[in-house]
Amino acid sequence: MAKKLAIIASKGTLDGAYPPFLLASTAAALGFEAKIFFTFYGLQLLKNDLSLKVSPLGNPAMPMPVPVPSIVQIIPGLEAFATWMMQRKLKKKGVASVAELREICLESGVELIACQMTVDLFDFKNSDFIDGISHGGAATFLEFASEADITLYI
Amino acid sequence: MSDFDTEIDTSGLNCPLPVLKARKMLNEMTSAQRLRLICTDKGALKDIPAFCKMTGNPLLSSEETDGKLYFIIEKGA
Repeated sequence: MAKKLAIIASKGTLDGAYPPFLLASTAAALGFEAKIFFTFYGLQLLKNDLSLKVSPLGNPAMPMPVPVPSIVQIIPGLEAFATWMMQRKLKKKGVASVAELREICLESGVELIACQMTVDLFDFKNSDFIDGISHGGAATFLEFASEADITLYI
Repeated sequence: MSDFDTEIDTSGLNCPLPVLKARKMLNEMTSAQRLRLICTDKGALKDIPAFCKMTGNPLLSSEETDGKLYFIIEKGA
């Protein structure tokens, strides 16, 4: 029987988008049955418009070309600059884009589940999300996770 | 170097793309056909053997030449 991977994706930032899609697409390549449950800010990863950002603010571990004090990081445009830099670096290093990994997940049969409660909470519409996803709640996730070999909260 | 039927060059691509591209190509191959996979991702040195072990596609050889990794993978039954 195929091994199973269950992931909860709770982050909606550019850096937070990589682990769930990367691990699930690789798991599918290794023959796993994989499901990702997207909740709270993780729902951003299912949007048609993937305008994900990364911010150095509140993240002292983010490598910067020059040290930028926290007080300066609130300046408008710094987040956009950090995002642009990260995207440029990802491309230069031959890392797949989030959209590309998400597409591979769908093609390889990874089930992408939107948490219905947080969809309602944020007043998101079904038309905000890509095709091919499903909806579910806590019990949906736990049923699959109870039989999973690996369960991750990201 | 062993003979092979198909080749993919993933030079410049980073984890997990070499594994994902190998998977896609193996899906299109028939049993006992051989794939030569070229990687520059250093992580592939461990990732490709792990991929082969978990998917039942024997890794026939792996070698490093001029900073590139060359793997020969046989499509399993």
